[in-house]
Amino acid sequence: MAVISVHNLTRRFGNFTAVDHISFDIEPGQVVGYLGPNGSGKTTTIRMLLGLIRPSEGEANVLGFDSASQSDLIRANTGYMSQKFALYNDLTARENLKFYAGVYGVRNGQRVDELLEQLGLDVIATMLVRTLSAGWRQRLSLAVAIVHHPKLLLLDEPTSGVDPTARRAFWDLIYSLVAEGITILVTTHYMDEAEYCSRVGILNFGKLLALDTPNNLKALLPGKMWEVFLEGKENEQADRLLPLLDVMGKTEGVIRASLAGDHLRILAKNAITRKELECRFKAEDIHNIRVESSIPVMEDTFMSLVSQ
Amino acid sequence: MKQRLFSLIRKEFIQIVRDPRTLILTLIYPVVMLFLLGYAITNDVRNIPLAVLDRDRSGQSRALLDAYRASDYFKLEYYITSEDEMNYLIESNQARAAVIIPPNYGREIVAGRVGQIAFIIDGSDPNVSGTALTAAIMVGQSQSTKIVAQRTMRETQTQMPVDVRTQVWYNPGMITAYYMIPALIGMILQFLTTFLTSTSIVRERERGTIEQLIVTPIRSWELVAGKMVPYVLIAFFDMIEILVAGVLLFDVPINGSLMLLLVLSCLFLVTTLGIGLLISTVANTQQEAMLTTMFTLLPSIFLSGFMFPLAAMPTFLQAVSYLIPLRYFLIITRGIVLKGTGADVLLPEILALCFFAIVVMAATAVRFKKQLD
Repeated sequence: MAVISVHNLTRRFGNFTAVDHISFDIEPGQVVGYLGPNGSGKTTTIRMLLGLIRPSEGEANVLGFDSASQSDLIRANTGYMSQKFALYNDLTARENLKFYAGVYGVRNGQRVDELLEQLGLDVIATMLVRTLSAGWRQRLSLAVAIVHHPKLLLLDEPTSGVDPTARRAFWDLIYSLVAEGITILVTTHYMDEAEYCSRVGILNFGKLLALDTPNNLKALLPGKMWEVFLEGKENEQADRLLPLLDVMGKTEGVIRASLAGDHLRILAKNAITRKELECRFKAEDIHNIRVESSIPVMEDTFMSLVSQ
Repeated sequence: MKQRLFSLIRKEFIQIVRDPRTLILTLIYPVVMLFLLGYAITNDVRNIPLAVLDRDRSGQSRALLDAYRASDYFKLEYYITSEDEMNYLIESNQARAAVIIPPNYGREIVAGRVGQIAFIIDGSDPNVSGTALTAAIMVGQSQSTKIVAQRTMRETQTQMPVDVRTQVWYNPGMITAYYMIPALIGMILQFLTTFLTSTSIVRERERGTIEQLIVTPIRSWELVAGKMVPYVLIAFFDMIEILVAGVLLFDVPINGSLMLLLVLSCLFLVTTLGIGLLISTVANTQQEAMLTTMFTLLPSIFLSGFMFPLAAMPTFLQAVSYLIPLRYFLIITRGIVLKGTGADVLLPEILALCFFAIVVMAATAVRFKKQLD
């Protein structure tokens, strides 16, 4: 049975539709990423799943309960980490965790210390949250979210504002939770994080454009990826790439061309070959270039879905 | 349930202790108010500086001035020789009143006629000038009685036809502090509880922790109760502080039942805490919460009879005052502390407080939900 089953879920704020007729299912034991730019409806969806706000239309069934009428039962078995790291600045890490253990009605007196140790928080247990870095706060927020042994974990942009090392370590923690049998729905706007998920939903302007495994999503690309490099010293100057971008933009069969550091990234129709691309540059009197085929990444899929 | 409530209360206490500035303010505030209202804001006008222009310099004029001096209302500070001097003293606020005795005053009295004197009062402060006016007339009248008695030499039969024997009950010294201190209890209970509950809940919203609290199994009433308990305890501590300081520093007599006072204070707190909760559902920032609290507090101070007697207000404002819960609670605290009044006499006020408590709590229950929208 699906852990989350959403059908035509819609939420409007005045004339603005934050979430627009979304339907999906999430099976137990999965890490599902919810990828979308800011304001695409990620947080609104999660809040509706928890019954924090009411849907304008449609319904969501979470852990077998209706989110609008049985939110108490959902909340008791769900961990939630909101964007803001909802911790009390004037309490220590341990006091924060102990407080939430108390309001969740956790009976096991050892749970707080166990969790501090499990997440490596024992070293900062007696420090005031005010003095902790974003990475520690993020980890403590996760501890708060799982203190009551939830079956489902909803993480709302848990890694925003956290440095890359802490982000990587955080994902390791998430995998260890999945190994314990927890189902996780995590929102993010980091493309690389989406690759870590078993399935990824792509959201834009409140619409769910696709929800599938990262590999299947990449297969949705309507073409092949190419990279165009400038040979020699010239590749160090980013502005030298601009004429190339111009050429590609005017080329038949090129779906999208964009700058990527020292090279161009091209999405071209499957029929287009490397020879054809090289010829286009020669025709514009541009030499010293190298065209290589490339593997699609999540960002390519995302951009292609969003621009459709 | 107990665990959830207990956790919340413990957390609130830790937060209160970690913010010593607010804590110290809440504990010192009542004593500061007590000093201000007990000493500085007093209606007991005494020692009004008086300028004396005595052009008579007779035994009669000296006797009159002695009578004014003996009354305690006036302090004969300036003996002057011209009206210019008098004008200057009053204009520069050095004297608040002046008495002018004309050259023929003593002669007229001795001759059995009427001796006129002039009394000039600075009316800019109605409180002072009112007292000065009454005292000037009173002292003059008693001096007249004396003179009439001397003239007729039949002292025993020259009593005034109407003899008023006054008895001032409950506060015979008519000391302002006795009247203010029980009222201060009401004012401080209302201010602290409304202010602290509203800001403490709004703070959770500002920080985003309210969202995390809402997703826990904690019930709305547990959240409300957990927030209230610490502030009720602080409010009670302050109340006892006021009573003890009132007794020790100002010798306020406590004539009624302390138990009744405590029970009825609880009843009053239900209303004020409810107002705090209502404010927290409206305000989005702590600043907004503070301003809104001040907005509810000012009418309470002015329209409850805390400072200004209700009877002296226009009918319209008197009608409005019936909507102010503090009005009823002040009658209760003043009644219990000063008069030793019992619950039977205070029944109308108790019923009014019950009514407010129910209305405010019902409104709070409707507005304060565990939801974000």
